[in-house]
Amino acid sequence: MHIVVCIKQVPDSAQIRIHPVTNTIMRQGVPAIINPFDLFSLEEALRIKDKVGARVTVLTMGPPMAETSLRKALSLGADDAVLLTDRKFAGSDTLATSYALTSAIRKLSEEETVDLVFCGKQTVDGDTAQVGPGIATRLGFQQLTYITKIESIDQGAREIVVHRRSEGGVQVLKTALPCMITMLEGTNTIRFGKMDDMFRAARYGLKTWNKDTTGAEEMKVGLKGSPTVVSKVFVPKPRAQKATMVEVESPGAETPTAEAQAAAAVEAIFGTQPKLADELLARAAAGL
Amino acid sequence: MSEPSKPQGRKFQLPEHLKEYKGIWVIVEQERGSVHSVSWELVGEARKLADKLGVEVGAVVLGADSPELNAICGDAFTYGADVVYKVTDPVLADYRTDPYTRVMTDVVNTYKPEIVLLGATTLGRDLAGAIATTLATGLTADCTELDIYMDNRSLAATRPTFGGTLLCTIQTLAYRPQMATVRPRVMSMPDRDDSRTGRVVEVFPALREDDVITKVLSFIADREQNEAQLAFADIIVAAGKGLGKPENLKLVFDLAKVLGGEVGVTRPLVQAGWTGFDRQVGQTGKTVRPKLYIAAGISGAIQHRVGMEKSDLILAINTDPNAPIFDFAHLGLVGDALTILPALTDAFGKRLSVNRLAG
Ligand SMILES: Cc1cc2nc3c(=O)[nH]c(=O)nc-3n(C[C@H](O)[C@H](O)[C@H](O)COP(=O)(O)OP(=O)(O)OC[C@H]3O[C@@H](n4cnc5c(N)ncnc54)[C@H](O)[C@@H]3O)c2cc1C
Ligand SMILES: Cc1cc2nc3c(=O)[nH]c(=O)nc-3n(C[C@H](O)[C@H](O)[C@H](O)COP(=O)(O)OP(=O)(O)OC[C@H]3O[C@@H](n4cnc5c(N)ncnc54)[C@H](O)[C@@H]3O)c2cc1C
Repeated sequence: MHIVVCIKQVPDSAQIRIHPVTNTIMRQGVPAIINPFDLFSLEEALRIKDKVGARVTVLTMGPPMAETSLRKALSLGADDAVLLTDRKFAGSDTLATSYALTSAIRKLSEEETVDLVFCGKQTVDGDTAQVGPGIATRLGFQQLTYITKIESIDQGAREIVVHRRSEGGVQVLKTALPCMITMLEGTNTIRFGKMDDMFRAARYGLKTWNKDTTGAEEMKVGLKGSPTVVSKVFVPKPRAQKATMVEVESPGAETPTAEAQAAAAVEAIFGTQPKLADELLARAAAGL
Repeated sequence: MSEPSKPQGRKFQLPEHLKEYKGIWVIVEQERGSVHSVSWELVGEARKLADKLGVEVGAVVLGADSPELNAICGDAFTYGADVVYKVTDPVLADYRTDPYTRVMTDVVNTYKPEIVLLGATTLGRDLAGAIATTLATGLTADCTELDIYMDNRSLAATRPTFGGTLLCTIQTLAYRPQMATVRPRVMSMPDRDDSRTGRVVEVFPALREDDVITKVLSFIADREQNEAQLAFADIIVAAGKGLGKPENLKLVFDLAKVLGGEVGVTRPLVQAGWTGFDRQVGQTGKTVRPKLYIAAGISGAIQHRVGMEKSDLILAINTDPNAPIFDFAHLGLVGDALTILPALTDAFGKRLSVNRLAG
């Protein structure tokens, strides 16, 4: 069994700051991490490897520095790593990204047929959740998104049973390999790497591929291959008006009592929001 | 929305053969006979965009033929659709990516809409990513605002990125259809007009179950009663870290009870295990749009704000008069939530019960 896990290196969004004057992202000093959602998928792939045996290849498309994420994945237990890097890929949207990644997965499949592709549910920077479905569609793989549990995997029959989160419940699906899976967050706990994997990761000679290695067509990658056009990036506007502070009358007292504040707030709602007040009354009358 | 800056570097002319693409479609999401409300929100939004462009609104309803499905088609008209594409086949009874993708690809290629909208739900995002690929067109994810740039009649889809710290507007200029998914509850629910009707275009895709590799073995419905129905609540009392300790959550539950509302929380509370994830409001939680949102002990971080700022009325209670939440709340109270919440519960309780007696 050969499993490919797609991981993306992303800026740690918790630490992103916006430049107060230019309104642009200040990336300097922001650490790059493996997209957190990808780790749930990597862990699931490693569990399959532990259980039924598999070769796990991690694949990333990004700038040369994305190598650190691949080494991190190797230290957790992945067997092989491919860095797909080429200036021609810059500016790819999800259609172009999934095309480029698919070209690399096809090449990996020439060496050993790929049975499973794992992607993260979504990233924390682009956040689109579209690359996984794009890859599955291009490869003609069954697509299983928002998976909460892999119930069973039968290598002989090439069958897999999964639980898939839907809006109103959980679908239990049975399908055939090959397929593309995205795991839902919180479905498993990411392991600590073993010492020997850490040493191996440091020494491992990664494969570095470019557009020509994978045979990707130039017109289908980068800005040229991207139908979407980012026409504007901006910081969310503050609401034009700040909150109206509720006026609290508490003669004599330094600070108003909670009761006075509450009374004033209720008055502000009932006095200035007749529609809402009627609604509240109607709900109360209906015993909601 | 302000004017777009001119995108640079590439050609953005719509090729001649794509100019015949007309009309705005919404793929109506129904699961086991019930429609996700985001679909109607989108039909309402599509109506506004279509009126700007002077084109029709199409609703695509997919599923196995049934009385429920017919009722859904009728509803699509009352919410603003001009034409319903009713696509029926037993194979479409349950959602599965592959047959839905095949059918939608064919229907889009046949009827050529210029814009296709879906909800940013588990189904919508799964399907949209697949059909954007088969149609080789652009897809803008998880939008919070849609508009038409009249100079080239293109869809301007605005969405948050980088954890909600930035918004960006994305266009698909040289490809059709232009596709977008939209978060539930960011567009308002349109009013029903029961007198509205329209054309029904029936499509019978003739699928074979044997051709579909993925099988649905079973469906485990959520025990609805136990899950917070936040996304649809009209009144929400929300708690943040300012409440100090988990025991104090009782104060928001008490107030929510008097108001007949739900309780929401910020992410740190979920992470600390005060309550389940289904109550989290924000970028990585639910987007809500209640009539009244009471935010107690919440600072108003952007990731929380994007999930609740469309509330009709936001009342914020915070000890810090400079808390960012006061920059976008409608009403503000500077003070200690731990004492104000119980006082509010009393005050609302009296006000509402007095009237109940009087009424
Ligand atoms: C501000 C902004 C907004 C954008 N909005 C859109 C948009 O609405 N529509 C659009 O088409 N593009 C958009 N893009 C472009 C998009 O970010 C890139 O195409 C990106 O390479 C992939 O999208 P994502 O990060 O959203 O991935 P997602 O689809 O969210 O990622 C899902 C999974 O796919 C895998 N994956 C994704 N990228 C890689 C990679 N480079 N290497 C390995 N695995 C990967 C990972 O497993 C990941 O968890 C936007 C870019 C910016 C800067
Ligand atoms: C990728 C990412 C995704 C995220 N997603 C979400 C999300 O979906 N939802 C979300 O909520 N957050 C999310 N966050 C977290 C977000 O950035 C903030 O950390 C969070 O919203 C802050 O929660 P808070 O307002 O409860 O806490 P704090 O920011 O600590 O604010 C507490 C507030 O309570 C006030 N206070 C203290 N004591 C009292 C008192 N006695 N009475 C009244 N007021 C008092 C303080 O003045 C302060 O303003 C996300 C973060 C990241 C990085």
